Amino acid sequence: MLHTVNKSPFERNALESCLRLAKKGSAIILFEDGVYGAMAGTAKSDMVASRTGDYEFYVLGPDLAARGIAEDQIIGGVKVVDYGGFVDLAADKGTVQSWL
Amino acid sequence: MAFEFDTEGVKKTFTFLNRKAPYGTIYALEVLETVLITAAFEQHANIVFIDDGVYQIKKGQDTKAVNMKNFLPTYGIIEMEKDDADEDEDIDMVWRIIVEKESMEARGLTEDDFKVGVEVLSSAELAEVLDQSDVVIGG
Repeated sequence: MLHTVNKSPFERNALESCLRLAKKGSAIILFEDGVYGAMAGTAKSDMVASRTGDYEFYVLGPDLAARGIAEDQIIGGVKVVDYGGFVDLAADKGTVQSWL
Repeated sequence: MAFEFDTEGVKKTFTFLNRKAPYGTIYALEVLETVLITAAFEQHANIVFIDDGVYQIKKGQDTKAVNMKNFLPTYGIIEMEKDDADEDEDIDMVWRIIVEKESMEARGLTEDDFKVGVEVLSSAELAEVLDQSDVVIGG
């Protein structure tokens, strides 16, 4: 299953709810304002950093670039994908849940 | 019938309280346009970034791949307006660009991460700035 999160973890609880309800082994992609949840060294970084063993984490590269976040500022274990990679995930993982 | 506003000599302090990340919503862009209007009317302005608003002025934004307008260069214009106001004694306009320390630090950011020069104020100091404003525009 694929879970998508497009809200900042500082502003909404979308990422928090996703991590509470996504079954281990699921894929989670952070995009739009959700990419702030993939940044290392923030007060919210642990939400993702402490769960990289439980989930496949992805983050959308074009949304990182738009917000001025370099790939070396991303939490280790989170993979950067492009739009094509996002489509592949949606196609491969079956059910998609959007945490808005 | 044309309506005329008598605004001669009116001078107020406007505070723009930016709380939203850029691009995900339209708030940041809308506030930015309002800031530019303030410059046209030679008013005092505090341009403040708190919460996810601090991300609006993060360096290195490249929006080509998302097909959206990159408004970081416009913040460069705001900084130019501020510098003009500071240096030109004929311009009666005081502009401050302010970042809340608590919001910046929670996001792992420092002053060096910003495209424009900023004053970093604590929440308590910022509360004073808000309290002393004539108009506060949030977004």
